[in-house]
Amino acid sequence: MATDETNTKRLSMIVTKGSLDWAYPPFILATTAAAMGLEVTMFFTFYGLSLLKKNLDLSLTTLGNPAMAMPMMGAHMKMPNLIAALPGVNLMTTNMMASLMKKKGIASIEELREAAIESDVQMIACQMTLDLFEFKREDLIDGPILGGAATYIESATKSDINLFI
Amino acid sequence: MSDHVLDARGLNCPLPILRAKKALKEVPVGETLEIHATDPGAVKDFEAFCRSTGNELVDSNSTNGEFHFHIRHTK
Repeated sequence: MATDETNTKRLSMIVTKGSLDWAYPPFILATTAAAMGLEVTMFFTFYGLSLLKKNLDLSLTTLGNPAMAMPMMGAHMKMPNLIAALPGVNLMTTNMMASLMKKKGIASIEELREAAIESDVQMIACQMTLDLFEFKREDLIDGPILGGAATYIESATKSDINLFI
Repeated sequence: MSDHVLDARGLNCPLPILRAKKALKEVPVGETLEIHATDPGAVKDFEAFCRSTGNELVDSNSTNGEFHFHIRHTK
């Protein structure tokens, strides 16, 4: 239940993962919620913080992902762990996914992130993660504020929807 | 026929919604936006979008794998 004085619905989410496949749900939901009139807050922590880097270099989670079935020549290809573990294979599957996404008209993460910023999604970069992984503020895009758990919790208590991704 | 047309063909979720939201800003209140899309998921999504935002889904139809939506900008 929102305790805010306005009737605007709010969505807050914790973004903890930084791979190409896991980057989509938070950015899709954030941009869509903003388009539907919600106030959105995203808290980027641990591996999720890398989604705020100026230069995104996202990889697919291929190894140990039995649900990943890439469409290929009318069938679906699953990748045995033994092969997924080989050098270069993850780069190959990442490139395959990127070209598949382009073909299917799916937005890039850069595009969705830009849309999120344009629609005033509030982004909080976790200060502790920044220190832990020795990132510098200038490694990240402009816009996100630096904050910690309390900054997120304050936002979460005012939100109608809270997601952990 | 609407005065304002958005071509969202070939775009996948959530781009038709995001582009429509952006396009609606340019549509004066009371006028309608016509959206062309090929994403089958857009049918349910535009219904939900309109219910949530208070804009009116005047018409939603499909022909030859293309979906046409007419949204009246009310808010």
